[in-house]
Amino acid sequence: MSNGLGKLIKTLQIDTRLLGMIGAFIVISLVFHVATGGTFLTPRNLFTLTLQTASVAVMATGMVFVIVTRNIDLSIGSLLGIVGMLMGVIQVQILPDIVGFGSPSIWIITVTIGILLGAGIGAFQGWLIGYLVIPSFIVTLGGLLIWRGGAWWVSKGTTISPLDPNFIMLGGASGTIGVTASWALAIVGSILTVVFLMNTRRKHISHNFAVKPLWAEYALGAILVGAICGITAIMNAYLVPTRILERRFAAEGLEMPEGYTEAYGFPISVLIVLFVTIAMTIIAKKTRFGRYIFAMGGNPDAAELSGINTRLLTVKVFALMGALTAIAAVIASARLGSAGSSLGELDELRVIAAAVIGGTALAGGVGTIYGAILGALIMQALVSGMGMVGVDSPLQNMIVGGVLIIAVWIDIIYRRKTGDA
Amino acid sequence: MSTPLLEMRNISIHFGGIKAVDDVSIDVMPGEVVGLLGHNGAGKSTLIKILSGAYKKDAGEIYVDGKKVEINSPIDARTHNIETIYQTLALSDNLDAASNLFLGREITTKFGLVDDTAMEAESRKIMARLNPNFQRFSEPVRSLSGGQRQSVAIARAVYFNARILIMDEPTAALGVHETAMVADLIKELKDQGLGIFLISHDTREMMDLCDRVSVMKNGQLIGTERVEDVTEDDILSMIIMGKNPKKAA
Repeated sequence: MSNGLGKLIKTLQIDTRLLGMIGAFIVISLVFHVATGGTFLTPRNLFTLTLQTASVAVMATGMVFVIVTRNIDLSIGSLLGIVGMLMGVIQVQILPDIVGFGSPSIWIITVTIGILLGAGIGAFQGWLIGYLVIPSFIVTLGGLLIWRGGAWWVSKGTTISPLDPNFIMLGGASGTIGVTASWALAIVGSILTVVFLMNTRRKHISHNFAVKPLWAEYALGAILVGAICGITAIMNAYLVPTRILERRFAAEGLEMPEGYTEAYGFPISVLIVLFVTIAMTIIAKKTRFGRYIFAMGGNPDAAELSGINTRLLTVKVFALMGALTAIAAVIASARLGSAGSSLGELDELRVIAAAVIGGTALAGGVGTIYGAILGALIMQALVSGMGMVGVDSPLQNMIVGGVLIIAVWIDIIYRRKTGDA
Repeated sequence: MSTPLLEMRNISIHFGGIKAVDDVSIDVMPGEVVGLLGHNGAGKSTLIKILSGAYKKDAGEIYVDGKKVEINSPIDARTHNIETIYQTLALSDNLDAASNLFLGREITTKFGLVDDTAMEAESRKIMARLNPNFQRFSEPVRSLSGGQRQSVAIARAVYFNARILIMDEPTAALGVHETAMVADLIKELKDQGLGIFLISHDTREMMDLCDRVSVMKNGQLIGTERVEDVTEDDILSMIIMGKNPKKAA
């Protein structure tokens, strides 16, 4: 890195690790864009990419907390399977008889039960880990087998479909908010970002702390607002195919106007990821709960001597992981429109890989939410890109495995260089 | 004689079959420094951990200002204004100075979120008093020197108005200059009327800083003496032989 650029990044106070990951994503995208003859970096493919990433991304944010507290959760893929399956049974076989077929309350009841179920199972595993002091590796390895077996048992190997139409909207492919709402969201997001930056600066000045030069604040604000608007523009550039539009007009008995187009805008599942990311970042950075998670990861004894109940904290972390897994189960099953008993298989490994590529240290104490999200996106970009280029599936797995190891190695070198172990 | 600020009476604890602390009584007056001496495994740190709420005693009583108190957790100890600076420093290496200083007692905004700016501002104030050279507020404490880390640990105790301060080997990891700084600080806190328990292996340092010393061996209290009444050799023989020469005489 040239001196001038390094100085610029330092003045802007941008995390170099974040820049590295964005850089990696851009490089991967460009390589595949060329290799696919220009189809990778299209609104349509980027839209699909975010849909495919959503469920792993949601779980990866929870995995950051789990790994930061020096634990691991291998059960989430199976947990996703059984929660998805039970939600399928509830919305298809039980609720229609009670509240009536197609009732809008179906998806709300289903999702609520699913999240409670996920949190409950997670809390139980957390209790085994925190209070009975069984290693998390063992508890969740057991969970991996138990919950997957449970999913098969509930379904007897069948796939439950079709799911409730409202529920399916949450998966994203057939649930998007359209152009206007997307732009409205982008404007609100941009305003909140600017207000946040201004507030932080004002607070620092009021305490006489050093602040960035004003131009750096403007530059940072411009970059963030630009990113928000750029992503929105991409989502709004993916047009609904003309045939689908024609069919919709026909169904209402209308003629489609000449040259009429409509774009998808943000998928609901991506908005869920966005909401989870913001909520988890606030939890990590701005709540006592989050502070204690990192304190415990840095030095469990110190945390305990400071009066932190690390056992209960462990239960809470795993309960949160379970709840997020349930949300991921909603996204994953809704996207497919069905709940099969193999739903979520091997997801635990994708999620752990995403968190680790995103800079979460397995030794504990270190990790960021945005890192995990980017890690998930990088992984998915690799997998999708290879699929598009026509790389065979076994070779895909080998490459992803290699990338995981190299990413962690680069991370180790980075940490050694910057001195933050 | 006035009421001790803190008194531990007939304290015992065992781990498995081993009596780590066996019927030990110690006390400290306001503005007094009491040293705890003894070999490794003599039971000093265990005794102190009972006082700071890390271990639960099997028998005995604790009195603060002559009133009996129950200390079952680090939080209980804090509510009685007992603060501990541990040998291992008990800092979370991945957090910055302010987060460590306020760990478990964060300042929150009206929305219940942790207020990092306010905590850093408070940290700067207390550090200006304790260690004016300290400037590295936003870095993880792992990147700080031993003395800087020690001043974070001490700041934590002092900030929350400790009345009884427990210092377990506060200078063990420090250089000469930093040790002198901690010694000055102990004298200042003593003048402010705090009662301090000091654990150290350095007998000479203890003779200099303490008003009284209590010597332990194999979990038992050998004796408590005023430093002006004994020589360094007397203390050493108590530590090594487990006998109080003054009582034998």
